[in-house]
Amino acid sequence: MREKIIFVLAGICAVILSLDLYKILLVLPNEKDQGAIYRIIYFHVPSIITGFTGFFVALVASGMYLATRNLKYDAFAAAVTEVSLAFATVVLATGMIWGRIIWGIWWTWDARLTSMLVCWLIYAGYMMLRRAIEEPTERARLSAIVSIFGCVDIFIVWKSIEWFRTQHPGPVLSVREGGGMAPGMEAPIYWNWVALMCLAAILVMVRMRQEDMSRQIDSLRRMAHTY
Amino acid sequence: MDPRNFLYMFYGFAAAWLILVVYVVFLALRDRKLRAELDRVRRMVEDSEKRVP
Repeated sequence: MREKIIFVLAGICAVILSLDLYKILLVLPNEKDQGAIYRIIYFHVPSIITGFTGFFVALVASGMYLATRNLKYDAFAAAVTEVSLAFATVVLATGMIWGRIIWGIWWTWDARLTSMLVCWLIYAGYMMLRRAIEEPTERARLSAIVSIFGCVDIFIVWKSIEWFRTQHPGPVLSVREGGGMAPGMEAPIYWNWVALMCLAAILVMVRMRQEDMSRQIDSLRRMAHTY
Repeated sequence: MDPRNFLYMFYGFAAAWLILVVYVVFLALRDRKLRAELDRVRRMVEDSEKRVP
């Protein structure tokens, strides 16, 4: 069943991405001031929404773990956080490449960029913490606490472009009342988000299968030690 | 307009997919390692069961 869902999601993802790439590269015109480089937004913004959706899901799963002490929620939170961290890395990399052309610099300590880097470091710390603690319940409890704290930073990243008017552009999407893009230019962002969410779901399912295998290995090891 | 504009757009797209591909390779390698470990532990349990009188 899991394999079937993975194939269906992979198909949806491939179709949407192919159509979107065609539209982004061959149909949409260059932006008046930025030229071709503005197209990075079609991966930058969907990646951050995918990443943040994942971190939020991990927050819910971590809260569920703390409420029920069921390790399945912890495994799910770990899987979702790891995948979301990959998307957060995409956001930082694509943003730096865009900044190199538009601002003339790879990096600046602007409020949005700095809070995003802090967010990345918090969740990278979450993954390191999980490797450092052997005892499963202690690992799950501390990871859940880090995940909950991490979500506070997500809110700061989200609002930073409204609170501080520094280097990073302000809201451009119409859903945030930015209104800086023509409707035809905005739609591929949402379609790419759907495609990346499908990809993220596939990666989480693969990662969950690995969590199942790890649990099986642990229980078999315990069984072997009883003989 | 910066003449490197199109080239850097390509770098941006390439970086996004490269990061995701590296992560997928990392997942695939871990999957292989876990499967090998699972087989090894299963064999260990079977051997232990055979040895118990």
